[in-house]
Amino acid sequence: MAGVAVSTTINGDHVEYLCQPDETLLDVLRDRLGLTGAKEGCGTGDCGACSVIVDDRLVCSCLVLGAEAEGRQIETIEGMAHGDQLHPLQQKFLEHAALQCGICTPGFLIAAKDLLAKNPDPTEEEIRFGLAGNLCRCTGYDKIVRAVQDAANVMKEGSR
Amino acid sequence: MNFDPRYSGRSFSSVGTRPIRPDGVDKVTGRARYGADFNMAGQLVGRVLRSPHAHAVIRKIDTSKAEKLAGVKAVITAADLPDLTDGDAAMYDILDNCMARKKALYDGHAVAAVAAIDARTARQALKLIEVDYEVLPHVTDVDEAMKHSAPLINDAIFTEGLEEKPVKPSNVYKRTQYGHGDVHQGFAEADMIVERSFKTEQTHQGYIEPHACVASVNPDGTADLWVCTQGHFVYRQHCAQLLGLEASKLRVTSSEIGGGFGGKTHVWAEPVALALSRKAGRPVKLVMTRDEVFRASGPTSATSIDVKIGARNDGTITAAEATLRYSCGPYAGMWAEIGAMTAFACYKLENVKTVGYEVLVNRPKTAAYRAPSAPMAAFAVESAVDELAKDIGMDPVDFRIKNAAQEGTRASYGPVYGPIGIGPTLEAVKNHPHMKAPLKQNQGRGMACGFWFNFGGQTCTDLNIGMDGSVSLAVGTVDVGGSRASLSLVAAEELGIDYSQVKAVVADTSSLGYNDMTDGSRGTFSSSMATISAARNAIKVLRERAAQMWDIPVDDVVWEKGHAVAKGEKHGNLGKLSLKEIAAQSGKTGGPIAGHSELVADGAGVSFATHICDIEVDPETGSTRVIRYTVVQDAGKAVHPTYVEGQYQGGAAQGIGWALNEEYIYGKDGRLQNPGFLDYRIPVCSDLPMIDTQILEIPNPNHPYGVRGVGETSIVPPLAAIANAVSNAVGVRMTHIPMSPPRILAALEAEREG
Ligand code: FES
Ligand code: FES
Repeated sequence: MAGVAVSTTINGDHVEYLCQPDETLLDVLRDRLGLTGAKEGCGTGDCGACSVIVDDRLVCSCLVLGAEAEGRQIETIEGMAHGDQLHPLQQKFLEHAALQCGICTPGFLIAAKDLLAKNPDPTEEEIRFGLAGNLCRCTGYDKIVRAVQDAANVMKEGSR
Repeated sequence: MNFDPRYSGRSFSSVGTRPIRPDGVDKVTGRARYGADFNMAGQLVGRVLRSPHAHAVIRKIDTSKAEKLAGVKAVITAADLPDLTDGDAAMYDILDNCMARKKALYDGHAVAAVAAIDARTARQALKLIEVDYEVLPHVTDVDEAMKHSAPLINDAIFTEGLEEKPVKPSNVYKRTQYGHGDVHQGFAEADMIVERSFKTEQTHQGYIEPHACVASVNPDGTADLWVCTQGHFVYRQHCAQLLGLEASKLRVTSSEIGGGFGGKTHVWAEPVALALSRKAGRPVKLVMTRDEVFRASGPTSATSIDVKIGARNDGTITAAEATLRYSCGPYAGMWAEIGAMTAFACYKLENVKTVGYEVLVNRPKTAAYRAPSAPMAAFAVESAVDELAKDIGMDPVDFRIKNAAQEGTRASYGPVYGPIGIGPTLEAVKNHPHMKAPLKQNQGRGMACGFWFNFGGQTCTDLNIGMDGSVSLAVGTVDVGGSRASLSLVAAEELGIDYSQVKAVVADTSSLGYNDMTDGSRGTFSSSMATISAARNAIKVLRERAAQMWDIPVDDVVWEKGHAVAKGEKHGNLGKLSLKEIAAQSGKTGGPIAGHSELVADGAGVSFATHICDIEVDPETGSTRVIRYTVVQDAGKAVHPTYVEGQYQGGAAQGIGWALNEEYIYGKDGRLQNPGFLDYRIPVCSDLPMIDTQILEIPNPNHPYGVRGVGETSIVPPLAAIANAVSNAVGVRMTHIPMSPPRILAALEAEREG
């Protein structure tokens, strides 16, 4: 099968690649571009470990084709920190121990970033429903919710 | 110097604090490398062909078409993994489970595998492999499998543990029995007896990271394996034995691990990946799909349990008895035995008897799942205990306190307890505000206790002090949830230095001596013991070097708060030497400074927990909501309390999923109907409330800091606590887990119809 030439922007950088027409964005990121921060937990859109943001929209990259990235802006976990300055969510996940094994963490961070971009002051319930597309088997979510609450407060103060 | 592991009451400066874990930044930036995040030059993609039948003879496998497909570099079947197990029945089962030899024994059993240049070619190749099956009758239900009429899974299984060897084979691998006293006598003394049967369905550990490895076998007989595992040393042994490699020539590196919970203690794909690599002459990456994870890895036992407990009107239990039947998958196991050991471990009993039956079924080989076998036994026992308390008119907490095991109690599984935490967890629950909070309509509160043994085991650790005074700690127990942080704390504590000066890593199998798996809640318990021992050995060297620098006898040098201090009046002018100062001179005083430790960590203190839970049930639909949840558990000593809380919360959440939702559903054809996270639904964020925790610290006498394992006990009480809560909410005793809406509705209907 002939490859599809794709030109896109990932974490602010212009990127070009060739991919198969049936290849997922997740496979492109991981296998072709070496961006292994997005994880494959299921490949069927059920776990959120592969979460990325495409043009301000949170998606499961296992359900998006690599070819669909053409002309878009893609954000992955690798682009979340600014240099050695962690994003407040990353910092709060560390401080609250919101990760045990950490395999779900990139997906949660991306999903939480998207959530706070749309709702900077979420209630606990809004956080819980906002992150319901991401599975974590280790933490019972308690510390994840607290980390997101804390990060939201820090970010609100920062923007004041 | 002999290491003294006994607890010495002491105050702590590092242990008990909550610093950020050393591997944290890698994990929040996406840099941490898990099983599937590693690649080698020239690497191929491996894929496994799996049986669609629950039980079938493999007559013939024709791989010729697949081999001819362009891009296919190797195709293997059981013939490429010859039997080298030399009469070791357990290893033979592992081999057969990795690649079916004569029969496919469950839906998803591996029958062949390919390595190809890319995933697409590998998938195509699988379709070209022709397997000629003779489909046999199958059995997936544990009670059905015990019947004489059930299809026989292995005709070489003659039930062990009976007085006489049976004349006919059966699906019951083994009978085991535990207990003491005379239960007949005990029941005769009882004023009230509760007798009930319970069932629990099979669940999966549900780790979010599928099994993944990269295997590379070199022409000179050396090999490398990169893999997500709970025990890379054990994987090395198993893989080396199954492939006929020398253990020291196979280097296994454990990747970051995306959850295991017992499910990554067994090899599945790794020997297959190595065999593919050997045949292809190139590295092979093999990653399971989620479908494969469900169909072929994990799961826990499905169970059927009968419980009978009798008590006097004053609340004293006079006798307790249980019969436990646990499914093992199609191979021998010891799951019912563990259930039989743990069932009544919380109580002080004069007369107790438990009998376990290990039952073969056409389901995947049962694997450990966090305190394996204990949650199901606790569900049955703690449900009956609750009912009995109600029948004699006692508060369920008081009834348990009255019968709780204590120091000196002979456990139902044999040993006599030292200082234990069941009584204190119950007292803490009795006084917890949660117990007094009001409930609304359709809400019920339940509580239950749980026990787990905890393991110690073989452990080897290296502690190296750099010339700049920083400390690297190499451990051999895989870090499944923050143990690098807790072990760094322990090294800092023992050396008297700051946490930030220590960096812990998990060493590969060629860099350190053998370590058992991270299972049995042993990671922090045993590796902290080895770390303390290694640090003490390093301190001995540090004292010697200081003595040399001062030119005084080593016996005059003591180690205090990270410094060598000269003792005695005559050395009054010598001051102190810091670890950093001694390390800086090490090149001139005898070379590198290190402490090493190899030990068998004995005396992992047993662990107890009591949970409280409030549930709301919608009587129209049978749907449930967890309103409030509290975990009280003894940690011995919480090294890093935040990660201890995390273990409590995570275990509770898994228990909640098990109690309310999760189950393997098999069709009449013996095929798994829900091998995905959509239909096998684990709890999501919006299903749960905050999970409150209370850490009790009753020191383990067999650990220098009093540490007990904490990882597993938290999954033991939830099934029972939630069943008690639901039963209290709806007024009907729930006896079948998971309590999914249809099951709750059916129970309500049965009650209405009387
Ligand atoms: S891998 Fe994409 S949702 Fe699970
Ligand atoms: S931390 Fe392990 S799955 Fe979330």
